[in-house]
Amino acid sequence: MTHLLSVSDLGREGIEEVLRVADAFAEVGSRPIPKVPTLRGKAIATLFFEDSTRTRLSFETAAKRLSADVLSFSAAASSVKKGESVRDTIETVEAMGMDALVVRHSSAGVPVQVSRWVKHCKVVNGGDGWHEHPTQALLDCFTVRQARGDIEGLRVIVVGDIRHSRVARSQVLAYGALGAKVTLVAPGSLLPPSLEGWPVEVTDDLDAVLPSADVVSLLRLQAERGSGAFVPSLREYTSRFGLTARRAERLGPDAVVTHPGPMIRGVEIASEVAELPQTLVTRQVTNGVAVRMAVLFLLLGGAR
Amino acid sequence: MAERERSHTRGGTFVPRSQVLSAADVSRALVRMAHEVAERNGGLDDVVLIGLQTGGVPLAHRMAGALGDAEGAAVPVGTLDVAFYRDDIGLRPVLPEAATDVPKDLTGAVVVLVDDVLFTGRTVRAALHALSDFGRARAVQLAVMVDRGHRELPIRPDYVGKNLPTRRDEMVDVSEDGVVIGVLE
Repeated sequence: MTHLLSVSDLGREGIEEVLRVADAFAEVGSRPIPKVPTLRGKAIATLFFEDSTRTRLSFETAAKRLSADVLSFSAAASSVKKGESVRDTIETVEAMGMDALVVRHSSAGVPVQVSRWVKHCKVVNGGDGWHEHPTQALLDCFTVRQARGDIEGLRVIVVGDIRHSRVARSQVLAYGALGAKVTLVAPGSLLPPSLEGWPVEVTDDLDAVLPSADVVSLLRLQAERGSGAFVPSLREYTSRFGLTARRAERLGPDAVVTHPGPMIRGVEIASEVAELPQTLVTRQVTNGVAVRMAVLFLLLGGAR
Repeated sequence: MAERERSHTRGGTFVPRSQVLSAADVSRALVRMAHEVAERNGGLDDVVLIGLQTGGVPLAHRMAGALGDAEGAAVPVGTLDVAFYRDDIGLRPVLPEAATDVPKDLTGAVVVLVDDVLFTGRTVRAALHALSDFGRARAVQLAVMVDRGHRELPIRPDYVGKNLPTRRDEMVDVSEDGVVIGVLE
């Protein structure tokens, strides 16, 4: 692996390799000392030009459990505020001897651009605009596989703000590559302008597809990207697309619910539903560390 | 780690040259080594067998069976994959091959590491490092079916099935059918 910019860099084989290696790191996470010396001497910088709590903490935990050194950068507290360009920031950080950069930015394509600028660093996309969030989709697949076994043939519904969701794009690619059947469930206003080439079905009727779904992936309405303006009201959105307690009763007995977080309880998911055993949100967070350890290991631990 | 499995990462296929131990020889050696483990430790109190993935794991289970027959007690058996502790990460493709399942906190235990072939000693070094993350064992001992020499580290086995002089470029395969020396072609 040179960089991880999109799920499509991996293909089915690459995704399965990440999941297999993540299994081994999940075991490491269960040990009395959940840390291995694998990436001793490597330095990893997390460059977050956009806010995040779980993704940043997860990557930093993963790097530390691999014994790598971690440098943390957030735009709000940096020279970007003084007008330094992204390119100069990247060159500065690379010149300090970093081996990998985890990049998050509110604009799609920044991680790809960064991967062209760097001389030797490996670049990991930590979420770029509406584009992709590959490690989130990988940890979703890992968690679903852990709960349900093989993903091949599972019916996955992705519900909510598809338009503004980088998670949805990465999920469609990852679940699709592993042989799941993906259906997007959203009001027309929250679908992307074009779905050409997406291997998905689309509906705006959650109640019709919910009972047969194996995996329900809920997405957050992204207020910071103006989702609010795309629905008449939050109450109406919840009444048609929220996983309410009453709707959750119609889930299949083995169905699982995932959410990339942060959850907005009472909008896309009812508080009671968030607490159900088939809601895997906490497991997703735990598994996220193992999956990101696998990604960093495959990027930095492989033979040149 | 089984040498034969390592061959696919180096390229080439294992070509057998000569059979060194028969299946029956391996069984006898395992029984003898099991008795030596019990003798050295004055029984099986606190003894835990840990098979190194992947070649050491079946041998660890067979040794536990032999210890059960000889001493009438069940010995816990664990497995350990040392990929994340290797010192050649970045120099060659290193991937975890199989599960690590260490049965309990090892503090106070007498751990017997079991592997099929002892060669450079680097796998054992990685295993010792890994073990220290599971607690402070009272003692760690090493049992190998074949000691083929060519050590690169100050490591020696406590229990040996067979000392086998080899050339560095040869490979040793330990399986249910016995021990075979061959080359990679």
